Amino acid sequence: MPTVTYAGTEVTVNDEGFFADPAQWRPEMAPQIAAREGITELSERHWQVIKFMRHEYEAKGTGPTVRVLGKTSGVTVKELYQLFPKGPAKLAAKIAGIPKPRGCI
Amino acid sequence: MTKRIAVLGGGTGGTLIANRLRRLLDRADADIVVIDADDEHIYQPGLLFVPFGLAKPGSLIRPRHRQLRPGVTFRRAAVDRVDVAQDQVRLADGTTVDYDVLVIATGARLVPEETEGLTGPGWMEKVFTFYTLDGAVALERAMSRFAGGRLIVAVMDMPVKCPVAPLEFCFLADSYFRERGIRDKVELTYVTPLDGAFTKPVCNRELSGLLKEKGVSVITEFNTGEVDGAGGRLVSYDGRETGFDMAVVVPLHSGQACVQRSPGLGDELGFVPTDPATLQSKAAPNVFAIGDATDVPTSKAGSVAHFEGEVLARNITRYLAGEPLAPAFDGHTNCFIESGSGRALLIDFNYDTEPVTGRFPARIGLPLLRQSRLNHLGKLAFSWLYWNVLLPGREIPAVRSQMPVAGKRLPRRGSPEPARSPR
Repeated sequence: MPTVTYAGTEVTVNDEGFFADPAQWRPEMAPQIAAREGITELSERHWQVIKFMRHEYEAKGTGPTVRVLGKTSGVTVKELYQLFPKGPAKLAAKIAGIPKPRGCI
Repeated sequence: MTKRIAVLGGGTGGTLIANRLRRLLDRADADIVVIDADDEHIYQPGLLFVPFGLAKPGSLIRPRHRQLRPGVTFRRAAVDRVDVAQDQVRLADGTTVDYDVLVIATGARLVPEETEGLTGPGWMEKVFTFYTLDGAVALERAMSRFAGGRLIVAVMDMPVKCPVAPLEFCFLADSYFRERGIRDKVELTYVTPLDGAFTKPVCNRELSGLLKEKGVSVITEFNTGEVDGAGGRLVSYDGRETGFDMAVVVPLHSGQACVQRSPGLGDELGFVPTDPATLQSKAAPNVFAIGDATDVPTSKAGSVAHFEGEVLARNITRYLAGEPLAPAFDGHTNCFIESGSGRALLIDFNYDTEPVTGRFPARIGLPLLRQSRLNHLGKLAFSWLYWNVLLPGREIPAVRSQMPVAGKRLPRRGSPEPARSPR
């Protein structure tokens, strides 16, 4: 699997850029991951979502979907799309260093 | 002492688990009650055919209580909530039902009101769903009057019941307008929040090809934020728009309201967190769940409830006997996909194995992931199987709970096609 260097540390990611091991993630890596995805600045609202993603992953072993995020993170789905354009659940998961949220069948 | 088993919901899962338990447990050992708010059991796979005039609405409904074996009590009552700590179900009329074992079989609920504008102007006039009987009937009238224009079929977001049904609607609509001689006047578009027609690679390739062949265009990763019925457009959360003359939507799904009202029972969407292998709920050891009501990572489909039924019935008897539960459910799902013009595909998969080509249930059998007349006949025969084999809680000959491997063309180890994926 490919490796990328964030905040001076080499981390393993999958083909889509998601962390292979969420334990390798540290908060100071987030701005660099975000920048690669076209988000130049992480606001307090971004961080609220990123921290929520980490928390959910640690509690449940998978990141929440955008609909669940909208119900539980304190940020509406509309705003989530403003903060993380295109796919909030996927993008926020990538920046939070957790695996891609599992889609449902 | 006689154990009290309460089953919430008299749909597919609730009916078949009550009947299976009744056969396994002596009447002196267990009382079984099924609680539901109404006495109308709808054959949901039939709803897809109503808009095309291929099924009569009345033929899809039978009384719930008539599907239960002698020795199973049917109680018609709305459930307020479950008090898991007290082993008690509170009914809407204020009475309570105490239980030793509870099975949540309350299914999924459509929540169209959660999408902005969906139930506003144009709802049931220009914007329809075939996921309810009323909706399917209204859509039949609208389809028969539809003289041409842009028809979109849109899934709001996952999870939904029978995720292949909206695709089947596209295929059947293609045939329908062809037969009416106006196919060239109808622009068919499938709108999905997913990044493909289906979540799994082999099946996605097959179904995408079929959509293309039938002239259905596909808009992917479209997460609908607003339905503007009057203006005839869908607006996605990321600001994209797509217009329509008629929209057929699959609304958002939630778990049942009584689950959401029960402290500690449901998740954020009202589905019951459930052990995917034993089907024991995470709320309490004596609470189990089956069918669409659970959060297990497989399709919400009748075949799943059927395969779960075999495992769950035995696990409940084990629980009552004080024995350890068997982690025996593998996520087995089996769906016929109607592809129009009297043909259908069949897919068969589980938690670990994606739908692939081959034959089912073994080397001699129905073709998998390929259109055939035989599969269409299988889909039609399924209605009989549903009422006469699935609901009574019997086994389909040669089809076991665990997914069969013989007959499947599985990707070889080390091939780029992922043979295993979590969902």
